Amino acid sequence: MTSPTPLVDIRGLEKRFDLSGSLLEQISFKNGRFHRKQEAVHAINGVDLQVQKGEALCVVGESGCGKSTVARTVMGLLSPSGGEIYYDGERIDNLDGKEVLPYRRKMQMIFQNPYASLNPRMTIQQTLEEPIRFHHPDWDTDRVKEKVSEVMQSVGIDPDWGSRFGHEFSGGQRQRIAIARALAVDPEFIVADEPISALDVSIQAQVLNLLMDAQEKRNLTYLFITHDLAVVEHFGTRVAVMYLGRVCELADTKTLFSTPRHPYTQALLSAIPKLEDDRPNHIRLQGEVPTPVNLPSGCVFHGRCPYANERCRQEIPQLIATDEGAQVACHAVEEGRL
Amino acid sequence: MALLEVKDLDVRFAVRGGDLTALRGISFSLDKGERLGLVGESGAGKSVAAFSILNLIARPGYIAGGQILFEGKDLAAMSERELRKIRGNRIAMIFQDPMMTLNPVLSIGTQMVEAIKAHRRISTKDARAIALSKLNKVQIPSPEKRLDQYPHELSGGMRQRVIIAIALLLDPEIIIADEPTTALDVTIQAEIMALLLELCEQDNVALMLITHDLGVVSQVTQRMLVMYSGRIIEQGSTREIINDAQHPYTQGLINALPQMGQPGERLFQIPGSMPSLKNVPTGCPFHPRCKFATEQCKRTMPEYVRSGNVDVACYEVSNLIEQEKHMQESEQ
Repeated sequence: MTSPTPLVDIRGLEKRFDLSGSLLEQISFKNGRFHRKQEAVHAINGVDLQVQKGEALCVVGESGCGKSTVARTVMGLLSPSGGEIYYDGERIDNLDGKEVLPYRRKMQMIFQNPYASLNPRMTIQQTLEEPIRFHHPDWDTDRVKEKVSEVMQSVGIDPDWGSRFGHEFSGGQRQRIAIARALAVDPEFIVADEPISALDVSIQAQVLNLLMDAQEKRNLTYLFITHDLAVVEHFGTRVAVMYLGRVCELADTKTLFSTPRHPYTQALLSAIPKLEDDRPNHIRLQGEVPTPVNLPSGCVFHGRCPYANERCRQEIPQLIATDEGAQVACHAVEEGRL
Repeated sequence: MALLEVKDLDVRFAVRGGDLTALRGISFSLDKGERLGLVGESGAGKSVAAFSILNLIARPGYIAGGQILFEGKDLAAMSERELRKIRGNRIAMIFQDPMMTLNPVLSIGTQMVEAIKAHRRISTKDARAIALSKLNKVQIPSPEKRLDQYPHELSGGMRQRVIIAIALLLDPEIIIADEPTTALDVTIQAEIMALLLELCEQDNVALMLITHDLGVVSQVTQRMLVMYSGRIIEQGSTREIINDAQHPYTQGLINALPQMGQPGERLFQIPGSMPSLKNVPTGCPFHPRCKFATEQCKRTMPEYVRSGNVDVACYEVSNLIEQEKHMQESEQ
């Protein structure tokens, strides 16, 4: 990338979740000898992503590919096992509680399930006031109330409903409230983890429009996590496709949808059910996604890839720029076989 | 005669403070080997419609009126005993979450044998052979091994294949699939949908597919019903509805899809949300969200009018059809 400092820069990010438990649980007795076995889920294995100011970078992939883990690690909800995260040029993944506070205000998150992300025992007014009071302890009550009513209006929720509880709202309204909570502290960067997948089609359109309006009005930058490629095509400026904890293709939306290069991206795109189709006509992949506990050697996709050869089974492909300006991690593309 | 014919079905839920009407005057039919899609948003009543066919509505819900004719016999009037002979045998169901439908403490083989033996007098060995042949049919890798495995040992896609194999065990005439791929990833969803379609065509099984995904309906079904607030507002040929929807709600639903919009532009949105069953609006239930709503729409529910191969319940559409007729007459 030749552009100026990215707003968020993720470098060589890795995240493992330990499965083996305590020392005693790791030890087993087999064939007259003691063995110690350690296992981990390799959720992210070396991800590099740059989010430029004002863009909406979408991360897509199927369940277990590590897209949500990327979102949570960037937000500091999980600590990375390796790699670095920079915000506006400053490293943030190693900061302690107090130092990270100003970044928490600038980075906000919207979660998938609005039924779980709102506290059922707090009124909407309390829910929305909490982050403002926390980040602006010097503000007086009137100013806080004014801000709450402003964000409620901007997401299309009547400010008079502040005394209601979360359960009194429909799913779409709750997601609006969750968005209002994220907007309440005037963030620059929003991580949205599947914000519309729990909603109905007509409500999805409302919430997507709201997110796009907010981006325009407040000059927001999004990291948008989703499994729905149709949404990506509509919403994203750039797309990163993930598979088993790695980015396999990174391109701007138009390029990715017109000329997908990675065999996995091609299969993924062909699997979207389209309105024009009379019959399913997707690329059939062999087998299923391997477990992230024992990662395959070489390219993580080789077991299901129709173009895999000996090199794919041994050597991990790196992201390489293509003529279209995309980046693809595939030996077949690099060698011109594909 | 249609294989399954639902006539004027009413389903209500008896709750404190009066009955809630979940389905109102639902009528449709399903022919042998036909694939029918049931589309609508959550709360539209599509699952209730599917469940009521096999009278699986649990209390406080009950069928308040109408008929469900399967080969001429009324399922709504049948006793539990008679119904049990049809459930799983002649009409099979596939549910959304494979983890909830499979018994976690029984092996796949045991569950399949149990299902066969509930309907047929057959030895365990023969039942296992049938189970194995059905697992082969759903293209599960190493099917012999699966018979002795437990549900938790299988992946989501594989579990749904097992569920489909169980649905096929007794060679049913109808399969009712309630959001069979919603819990799955896109690539797995595509595989399962293609498999289901293939199997239904092979054995000439009728499929009733309940889904909120218009793309899937378009790929798999021949006819579709669009439901809104407990009513069918539009039904007919899938291709005609997808290409040229008549009802304003169906139009809105299709236009709200991201694939219909221009990238980066605002999506078309239907204002508001579906009314709850507690306060269904008078007249056409869609009128508070409809830009064509008139006084008439607020007062009475429109009758179905025919447009091409599609039946639509909308005054605006019927007015347009009337106008067209007048135009043609005056031209002549």
